[in-house]
Amino acid sequence: MSGNGSLEALRRSGRIVIVGASLAGLRAAEALREEGFTGSLTLIGDEPHEPYDRPPLSKQVLLGKADADRTALPRHRELDAEWRLGVAATGLDMTARRVRLADGTEVPYDRLMITTGVRARPWPHPLEAELDGVFVLRTRQDAVALNRRLTAVPRRVLVIGAGFTGSEIASACRELGLEVTVAERGPAPLVGALGGVVAQVAADLQRAHGVDLRCGVMVTGLEGDSAGRLRRAHLSDGTTLDVDVAVVSLGATRNTEWLAGSGLGAGPRGIACDAGCRAFDIRGIVTDDIFVAGDVARSPHPLFNYQFLSLEHWGNAVAQAETAAHNMINASADRRPHVWVPAFWSSQFGVSIKSVGVPSLGDEVLIAQGSLAEHRFTGVYGYQGRVIAAVTFDQTKWLEHYQGLIETAAPFPPPGTTVDRRAEGLRPVPADFPDPSLPTHGPTVTLSGYSPTDRRITFTPARA
Amino acid sequence: MRIVVDLNRCQGYAQCAFLAPDVFTMHGDEALLYNPYADDTQRENVARAVAACPVQAIMAEGLDVDGVDGLSARTVTTGVR
Repeated sequence: MSGNGSLEALRRSGRIVIVGASLAGLRAAEALREEGFTGSLTLIGDEPHEPYDRPPLSKQVLLGKADADRTALPRHRELDAEWRLGVAATGLDMTARRVRLADGTEVPYDRLMITTGVRARPWPHPLEAELDGVFVLRTRQDAVALNRRLTAVPRRVLVIGAGFTGSEIASACRELGLEVTVAERGPAPLVGALGGVVAQVAADLQRAHGVDLRCGVMVTGLEGDSAGRLRRAHLSDGTTLDVDVAVVSLGATRNTEWLAGSGLGAGPRGIACDAGCRAFDIRGIVTDDIFVAGDVARSPHPLFNYQFLSLEHWGNAVAQAETAAHNMINASADRRPHVWVPAFWSSQFGVSIKSVGVPSLGDEVLIAQGSLAEHRFTGVYGYQGRVIAAVTFDQTKWLEHYQGLIETAAPFPPPGTTVDRRAEGLRPVPADFPDPSLPTHGPTVTLSGYSPTDRRITFTPARA
Repeated sequence: MRIVVDLNRCQGYAQCAFLAPDVFTMHGDEALLYNPYADDTQRENVARAVAACPVQAIMAEGLDVDGVDGLSARTVTTGVR
């Protein structure tokens, strides 16, 4: 559609299809109606539930302070939409402008919004992943299943991977009085997101709360009994652990498989789009009728050297959905860029962790306020002489100030002094992020046995 | 009644935890834990919490503000942007 006449027709009676009925999909639909779109609106979601909020699933739900079935998102307004829930999209025909669904039906569109998000990365060994007691945590169904098992008081819970989700699960387990071991292949929890200096505080928090934290190790195998129940975990340092619950929290995979062969620029790293949320096709040409928002999108950000950022952040899903919806039904001169400053939060072990900017771009960190040892501080990250991010542990109220410094590309270290500056805040130190291009564990070969007939070579493959 | 708090915006002022303690609780000094579903008996408390939040981070669905003293309809219906 081009020209004002057809834009008017689109706004009045066009067909907009949104694939992905979670936070981003819902907020996009609401924004479309808010901006006066009166045509037909269809939301397609593979889960059978109406849009629900996921952050509570690893926090208040595990603690038994909220019901996994009752985290449905409040609505801003009536939608007057057709909901196709419990049926996944399986294909896209960009030429005919149709979305294929798992039930064999096809849904035609004039404009398409893709908000299919991510799913939990499964345990890489399919047979071990099937064991009773092995869980992931992403969906409502996952939360119900994990909750049921935790309520039955397992002897020990093994959390595999100490990113934000894994750390929050470990925190909830300790609060429930459960024994928990966390296995992290990096040198500390959250190290990929926050760097080694701050991650050391996350490690201290875990240990202070009784978590058996083991860093620099990988889980090499999960072992079940004859009934298929998880019994034991094997670690790369040669130890074994008796566990009856393992929660695999190894990050997420983007839901783009359904777009394979469609000609859209979609793959394991997400769907590339321009700052106006328009998806690129595989030739690198931007489409004008397909928009992307939320965890599945990858878009260039002017504040961060126009790098294409994938942000699995709650706030990004909301902001990008609103921008994508606006741009979808407006002429190019009226379109807006998605320039939301990345921000996220986590709460674990009674501490509120918050971030603005992109800490992992930082090469240095300055503890500008508070103290690492007190677990209450503000870390400011610098990149090429400017402020690029800030992270607070129980110092939320300062974050807005640092967001301003990021937005105005203020010099790093920030000039002047701040309240509660300590000796450790006098000069920046290396932020100590692991180099993502270097695997923490290369493939290893070990020899065992003594006599020539017993001699065995075991190959432990490297894992991504 | 469905509730969501924009925790990017929340700064831990804890007004909600005073006004609707059965729905909002502080977990440590600054972290907020809340129940995303509150039953009807909590309606008035939640309306007060929404209105009192200094950073307007709480959104609750279907709040009827009539009968809650001192609340402007705007505050309650807008909630998070």
